[in-house]
Amino acid sequence: MDFFNTLIVVLDSTVRLSIPLLFACLAGLYSERAGVFDIGLEGKMLAAAFASAAVAAVTGSAWLALGAAVLISVFFALVHGFASITHRGNQIVSGVALNFIAAGTTVILGQAWFQQGGRTPSLGAEARFNAITLPFAEAARDIPVIGFVYYELLSGHSILVYVAFFMVFATWWILFRTRFGLRLRAVGENPAAVDTAGISVAWLRYRAVICTGILCGFAGTYLALAQNAGFVKDMTAGKGYIALAALIFAKWRPVPAMFACLLFGFLDALAIRLQGTPLPMVGRVPAQFFQALPYILTVILLAGFIGKAIPPRAGGVPYVKER
Amino acid sequence: MSTPYAKLPAWADYGLIPLINLIVAFAVAGLVVLLVGENPLRAAGIMLEGAFGSGRNIAYTLYYSTSFIFTGLAVAVAFHCGLFNIGGEGQAYIGGLGVGLVCLTFDSILPWWLTFPLAILGAAAVGAGWAFIPAYLQAKRGSHIVITTIMFNFIAASLMVYLLVGPLKPANSMAPQTRNFLEGGQLPKLNWLIELFGGTVRSSPFNLSFLLALLCAFLVWLLIWRTRLGYEIRTQGHSPKAARYAGIGETRIIIITMMISGALAGMMALNPVMGDQGRLQLDFVTGAGFVGIAAALMGRSHPAGIVPAAILFGMLYQGGAELAFEMPNISRDMIVIIQGLVILFAGALENMFRPAVQSLFASISPRSMGVAASRSGGA
Repeated sequence: MDFFNTLIVVLDSTVRLSIPLLFACLAGLYSERAGVFDIGLEGKMLAAAFASAAVAAVTGSAWLALGAAVLISVFFALVHGFASITHRGNQIVSGVALNFIAAGTTVILGQAWFQQGGRTPSLGAEARFNAITLPFAEAARDIPVIGFVYYELLSGHSILVYVAFFMVFATWWILFRTRFGLRLRAVGENPAAVDTAGISVAWLRYRAVICTGILCGFAGTYLALAQNAGFVKDMTAGKGYIALAALIFAKWRPVPAMFACLLFGFLDALAIRLQGTPLPMVGRVPAQFFQALPYILTVILLAGFIGKAIPPRAGGVPYVKER
Repeated sequence: MSTPYAKLPAWADYGLIPLINLIVAFAVAGLVVLLVGENPLRAAGIMLEGAFGSGRNIAYTLYYSTSFIFTGLAVAVAFHCGLFNIGGEGQAYIGGLGVGLVCLTFDSILPWWLTFPLAILGAAAVGAGWAFIPAYLQAKRGSHIVITTIMFNFIAASLMVYLLVGPLKPANSMAPQTRNFLEGGQLPKLNWLIELFGGTVRSSPFNLSFLLALLCAFLVWLLIWRTRLGYEIRTQGHSPKAARYAGIGETRIIIITMMISGALAGMMALNPVMGDQGRLQLDFVTGAGFVGIAAALMGRSHPAGIVPAAILFGMLYQGGAELAFEMPNISRDMIVIIQGLVILFAGALENMFRPAVQSLFASISPRSMGVAASRSGGA
């Protein structure tokens, strides 16, 4: 029973830790399925986290903060689109550039506006997305197994957590059950065919990167307003890259993307749980090993030892209309 | 890759367009300074003064530039092969391990001029080794080199923290660093070089590895444009299909290029570790690996462009440090923004001003542009 309780608690923190990954991963899915590689998920998340924390600190409204985060993130996405769709620039270079701009600007503006060494003021409960208790959770708490799982694992998350899981389904539906989704996938595989059908490749790709921006805005807001209470310098700490890895691991499909993000979240939760405790047979494992573990696993996964990941065929290639 | 743009005269292609891009990048950076509530022109003045105001400031500027020349060359070599090595940061960090181990072993037995070549070998070998795994995975398993090199940056950081708080730390010390190197593990300073030109330098970290960096720049030029291997690298970069048709082994060329790139990035560690700090400590790379990307893009992957670009960024680093004193609202992170803007405008948006420049040229001398312009737009 003790083991079971520990497991549920670890799974609970798995859910919390995988939400920013999930938002960012779904964000990348739209852009990459449309043939625009986006390595700038990290920067968009960071900018969104800062925007939401700053607006929440000034206005005290979590919803306004979310709106601001989405706006900033979409702006970054549009700059990426402007460089890589309109001007046919290198998509990876553009993403790297935006990551640096976000990393620098958030700290400089944070310092100038709030004078706290680049962080934003700590937010009170009213300016954050707080945990919501699902109906009957308190009452069901004492029911063995089922009640405990309901109370501990399913209930008690912020609304953004439920939005994230809903977005997995929504993304699947948009991509595979709507006309827009069909065209979006087509433009990532064979843009010339889409162009021949009389549909604008550029406009379709712009719409895809706007979707990316919106979801990255959610990812950043979750980091700043649900997981933490404010913005801290470099708070994304490589999550954008992990999300990208999860996307590749999931072979650019929404439901596997969810499982990949949950796996990486689980590793993270396990690392926090196991820090400092000696493992059976291996003994004490240095903390740095656990910090590096998600990255090492990503490399092993990317090496294709677990199935081969084939990216959208037109990914990374700017579209030049033949004349 | 086919270029959808007409050809410009070489001086416009390699001089004018990068200059326009750079000016726009700095103009946008100026807007950020304005947003923070400071005067951008005054900020630029303080930066220039801080970078070139005295012999000592120039020495510091060149010290930073040394690191960026190494990492810029590293990124450029990979660019020529069509590979994007974002892992310069990690390769340089791990390269420090090679320098550190050589210095810790030999500093008491050998003079510096014997330790130095060994340390170069150590840094290059470890850096190349760290780049080998992503290269192998790209060539053999098709895993995207951008992602794997990013992952290797994080792994390198964890590994170095582990080594510096554990096995490499002297038993009686608390700080996460190795013991100080003896005379035999420290490079001579180059301050006399600046004093030769009339500057006064009391103390600065400017050291011999600057000359090594210049030598490497020359060797990279020789490699890329004057050897068979360089030709193969460029062929692979321009058209992998043509390279395969010409019988160039894809696996071999990717792995060799990445190992050269990693070796150059690893040698960057010589500058701070052996030239300045005299010990191996945490985070000595301080983003130089990423600055290398900006330097390579600005220098158009040519050593003759990378060296001035690296000096420009050295200027920004040194001037930025002075700026942080004068304007407390502007920290060193301003450099990160400028770096990002330079990468954006000189890299991703390099073609933004091209059509305008082209039509300008066409209106000045229609004949020289006539043939090329009619072909523009073709894929």
